[in-house]
Amino acid sequence: MNTVAVRKPTTSGRARITTFLANNGALVGLLVLGLALFIATPDFLTGPNLLNIGIQASVIAVLAFGLTFVIVAGGIDLSVGSVAALSAMGSAYMFSTAALPGWLALIGGLLVGALAGAVSGFAVAFGRLPSFIATLAMLSVARGLTLVLSDGRPIATAPTVSFLGSTVAGVPMPIVVLVIAGIVAALILNYTVTGRYMYAVGGNTEAARLSGIPVRRVLVIVFALSGLFAALAGLLLSGRLDSAQPQAAAGYELDAIAAVVIGGASLAGGVGRISGTLIGALVLVVIRNGLNLLNVSSFWQQVVIGLVIALAVGIDSLRRKSGSH
Amino acid sequence: MSTPILSLENVSKSFGPVTVIDDVSVDVYPGKVQVLLGENGAGKSTLIKMMAGVYQPDGGRILVDGKEVTLPDTKASENLGIATIHQELNLVGSMSIAENISMGRMPKRFGLVDRRRMRADARAALALIGLDLDVDQHVGELGIARQQLVEIAKALSMDARMLILDEPTAALTKREIAALFGVVEDLRQQDVGMIFISHHLDEIAAIGDSVSVLRDGSFVAEVPATTHEDELVRLMVGRDIAQQFPRRREYQGPPDTLLSVQNLSTKGMVNDVSFEARAGEVVALAGLVGAGRTEVVRAIAGVDPYLSGTVQVRGKDLPRLDVGAAIRAGVGHVPEDRKVQGLVLGASVNDNIGYATLASTARAGVVDFAGQRSRAQGVADTLRIRMRDLDQPVGSLSGGNQQKAVFARWILAESSVLLLDEPTRGVDVGAKVEIYELINAITAAGGAVVMVSSELPEVLGMADRILVMSGGHISGELDATDATQDAVMSLAVRDVQRDLEDQQMKDEA
Repeated sequence: MNTVAVRKPTTSGRARITTFLANNGALVGLLVLGLALFIATPDFLTGPNLLNIGIQASVIAVLAFGLTFVIVAGGIDLSVGSVAALSAMGSAYMFSTAALPGWLALIGGLLVGALAGAVSGFAVAFGRLPSFIATLAMLSVARGLTLVLSDGRPIATAPTVSFLGSTVAGVPMPIVVLVIAGIVAALILNYTVTGRYMYAVGGNTEAARLSGIPVRRVLVIVFALSGLFAALAGLLLSGRLDSAQPQAAAGYELDAIAAVVIGGASLAGGVGRISGTLIGALVLVVIRNGLNLLNVSSFWQQVVIGLVIALAVGIDSLRRKSGSH
Repeated sequence: MSTPILSLENVSKSFGPVTVIDDVSVDVYPGKVQVLLGENGAGKSTLIKMMAGVYQPDGGRILVDGKEVTLPDTKASENLGIATIHQELNLVGSMSIAENISMGRMPKRFGLVDRRRMRADARAALALIGLDLDVDQHVGELGIARQQLVEIAKALSMDARMLILDEPTAALTKREIAALFGVVEDLRQQDVGMIFISHHLDEIAAIGDSVSVLRDGSFVAEVPATTHEDELVRLMVGRDIAQQFPRRREYQGPPDTLLSVQNLSTKGMVNDVSFEARAGEVVALAGLVGAGRTEVVRAIAGVDPYLSGTVQVRGKDLPRLDVGAAIRAGVGHVPEDRKVQGLVLGASVNDNIGYATLASTARAGVVDFAGQRSRAQGVADTLRIRMRDLDQPVGSLSGGNQQKAVFARWILAESSVLLLDEPTRGVDVGAKVEIYELINAITAAGGAVVMVSSELPEVLGMADRILVMSGGHISGELDATDATQDAVMSLAVRDVQRDLEDQQMKDEA
């Protein structure tokens, strides 16, 4: 039978707030979480702690911003953690071993990430590999190259990279980077033609192709962007430590995926927002921070994080099911 | 007459404020084929879903063997021996015929699947309809027709006394249809009652006993299956053909050739096809399903590759397999299946209308949101797309309005060569006429339309020239003014390949 489009009654102010909250479950969750921690411990809502949360969130959030492009376009990128490590190591290598100037080492690190992403993108778009497989391969290749490059030892980062991890006049640079990266990602996704194409490709690849959308080019760009953001996250991480670690960011891809899906994106593609991803990353970090403040062991923290992911996505899909009929 | 297996008595059904079935009665007798006839949206699907327990009627009664029953779910319906053979078959392609037939109730021995009994059961089920297949073969390796028969065998093995056949012939060839009808005949002898839905009027007399005609959710008449086709059409649409197809030819300009296809061949599906479409003209590609019509259109649009031949728009060659280039040259393609190929259902109406023009109207890669939106709103208003607002997901619109959204994309792109593949499939009567008016408007403005359609009245009513395809060839061309359904059909079943070979043999002799 034909679906009948029922006209919704004009929304009152209260109804509009309800709708907003229903559509922003992750934000509600974050606020509830914050309130609970505020009541539970006086240490939560303090300036230093909030800055600490921001710094901790920066790496995961920047990784997750890049991953949001991929997930919106209907793919998955498992390699972001490894690509972050490779980019950071590549940058450090360029500075410490190849003796390139610091600014070049910074840009070079970013390019390494974008290139690694583009390779995955080519494999997906032209090699017709499922993105899960292509990026699983890249996860291994990038980590391996990181170890090869460093011979398994940490390498000191360029001062330009260390600057990204430093605090200037009381302002932690990771938070500055987080904000700028978030704005840039949101602009790309919402305002550029390529960004809008990502939603179309993720929503219905065949319809996108028949509408004249260059699907393969979009896919390459999507993965290259994911690699670029992963590289930035890797540089942030190594900058904070003043050295690139061969095992840096291992397993971070799972946190990044969690942040994106908690933020309301659909792994089926076509749905997702940068603001949601940011909230998703904050939810993860605030939970860890809160549990630390409450002296909960890190072993139990993992249990809680897992339950939160299942809960967030479960509630979301239930809501979707009742929303569409 | 005997007691009906199933009776719907004065049933009604509403979804919110919309009544889709209003006081309809249907009886299904053992050994009889009851045909449900009506246009898309007339309420056939809703009716069979009531029989299958998917929907529950708001009013009226359902009787099985003369006793009132409620069918709260599909299980309840199945338990009473009512099985539905859907258009989309419920089979798992990667599993064997035997596994599919005993799906969900596999025989067990010591807690493990008893494969020997499962195979025997499957053979017995296939034997019921005289089908001799290797039960270990994967279902995915069978053609659609065979799969359908496996599904019927499965239903019978579950002791179905009544089958609902929902457009079973839609995807079948003539020969396969004949085989299916043979099975239906057997089932009739075994006193199985059947509901049969088809859009092919000629099949009704061949297979049916009695016809229930529905229009806009209401019962119109019950007539014998031998009723003349014209009378069936009149009952079904409630008005004559002329009103239904308001073709107007208002283009006054020069008849420039906009699209020229020369010797087009694709791998296996299209054979040496050549034709032209001129400004102001509607060229219909008629023929049976699988004749290669969709493949011609997709090759022109740059969606699928072709082996040889050329496609020209306004005298310029189009590159092969390049949708973007085709669009820039003025080609707009309304594909066969709007949900799968035409629209991003989760995205907004605004986005969907804009996909083809997003890049060309952007500045430095940044979307011109305000302009795009006002243009989309303008086209949506012109086409009278009924929606809450432009931000509504396109998937929540009705079929006709979804189709208009696909058209809107190409109106916005100012396409002058429109390739329409089954443009009115799954669209209600009112929206159909609106789409025909749209075709009039496109040709009046000097556009050319190539329309693939399986509905002959539509082909005869809207086209200027009719190209009939058969087996990948163009088997003949007819002028729409003096074409008849019979003339189109006889070309559609002509075996061009064999004719060519006959000619060749004659030449050699």
